[in-house]
Amino acid sequence: MVHVLKKSWTTFKTIFTGMGVTMRHLFKPAVTLRYPEERDELPAGARSKLYVNIGDCIGCKLCERACPVNCIEIETVQATKDVDLGKTSTGNPKRFFLTDFVIDMSKCMYCDMCVPPCPTECIKMVPEYEYSDYDRNNLLFQFSEMSENEVTEVKEKAAKEKEEKRKKKKEAAKKKKAKKSAKASKSKQNKSED
Amino acid sequence: MLSLLEQIIPSSTVALIIFATLPLALIAVYALFAIWLERKVSAHIQDRLGPMRVGGWHGWAQTIADMLKLIQKEDIIPTNASRFLFKMAPFVLFAASYAAFSVIPFSSAYIGSSINIGVFYLLAVTSLLTLSVLMGSWASNNKWSLLGGMRTAAQMVSYEVPTIMSVLSVLVVAGSLNLMTVTEMQAGNDVMGFLPNWLIFQNPFLLVAFVIFFISIVAESHRVPFDLPESESELVAGFQTEYSGMRWGIFMLAEYADMLLLSLLGAVLFFGGWASPFGEFLSGPIWGFIWIMLKGMLFVFVMMWMRWTLPRYRVDQLMEICWSFLIPISFVNFVLIALWEMIF
Repeated sequence: MVHVLKKSWTTFKTIFTGMGVTMRHLFKPAVTLRYPEERDELPAGARSKLYVNIGDCIGCKLCERACPVNCIEIETVQATKDVDLGKTSTGNPKRFFLTDFVIDMSKCMYCDMCVPPCPTECIKMVPEYEYSDYDRNNLLFQFSEMSENEVTEVKEKAAKEKEEKRKKKKEAAKKKKAKKSAKASKSKQNKSED
Repeated sequence: MLSLLEQIIPSSTVALIIFATLPLALIAVYALFAIWLERKVSAHIQDRLGPMRVGGWHGWAQTIADMLKLIQKEDIIPTNASRFLFKMAPFVLFAASYAAFSVIPFSSAYIGSSINIGVFYLLAVTSLLTLSVLMGSWASNNKWSLLGGMRTAAQMVSYEVPTIMSVLSVLVVAGSLNLMTVTEMQAGNDVMGFLPNWLIFQNPFLLVAFVIFFISIVAESHRVPFDLPESESELVAGFQTEYSGMRWGIFMLAEYADMLLLSLLGAVLFFGGWASPFGEFLSGPIWGFIWIMLKGMLFVFVMMWMRWTLPRYRVDQLMEICWSFLIPISFVNFVLIALWEMIF
């Protein structure tokens, strides 16, 4: 009987201690954030959506190479001599047309490794995290601002210039060869004359 | 109340039906409120907000929305289940706890049936709850349901003993089985000059009886810490595993109705039922209803509060509490109360 009473006493004591704790919490203000109406402020350095300021991109492909999951795809075409693409806001000269710049955010693992290598600081993470979608294709973000016609035009132009350059080179090489052979024949002649 | 209804309504049968369905309306409104309250209490104890969206102020319409959802859900009956028993179980459960409401005196003017064997009838009818739990668990053709049902049956049958012993100790003091008489006895303010005449203040051993009574009603309405029948982590959902949609909803409704029923019984037996705590002040049929509901809701709130504080007991612990603590204490207490009554 004494055992029973003792055990009952401990039981009630512990129960009332616990109930006191819960009662105190009943009147504490809630910590709930009512999400769509209220939003938490993101901490500095939070990793979220990637953004590219395409005007500053020099097409160096450093971010593409840094990406461990290959979610960035860049295609560049060298600018022809008659076009001046200008300079970036950081002062680097731009030498490439960016015909394609796609980031597949469905693959991205938010490692932030593409951001530090960028020499012009044009790729960065923006504090936007609500872009979930029903279709994976909507997570392919295209940053290149060139239209299809412009891309083909630029490509053709570049190809032409390249072709011309190649031809010039060939011609130069031919000329050089001709010169060389002429020189050789001359020396031969000289030799035979001797 | 019945005579008043008969005066207003020409047909006495219709008057009788309305008279009989009044507690049903009360249970429906109470269940909507209590489920919402449960969620709110649990949320605030855990520093959350709980339902906030449906229906404006603090999501008061959440339960109505849930009920509408439950009604639309598919009613699944397992293959090889005993269809008739399976379908009947929730209704038997609800009918058992509803039938018990007929002897609860809601106010000085309303009692379903003022019979002389009130408490006895109530305890007898509520033991049907065990039957319906067994029906549901057996009929659902599921081992786990059956295990859960067996646990529930064992629990409810065991805890019937301390409940009845503590109720008996009240009846020794009150000297009547009629709950209306028991309540009327407790009206007024005479104990030590200012305390109300409630039985809990009249005899120190009745306090012990009340504690035992409260623990056993928590177990009988299978609430935490004695919610073994539906212990999600071990038994999926106990005897109601196979129930879906509104059948499950009726199980829930019956659980809440049971909670209210036993809380009201506790209020009537120990805390003066509809009697006002201020003697003649604020008394009358309508105030009486408010007082008894306040007292009942207080116990319901304490049960919710306990649910979010205490962890669940194991089956063997549950049985140990009942058989080696509550029953011996209640028997000794019963003798002490009888002696106190003889001496004073």
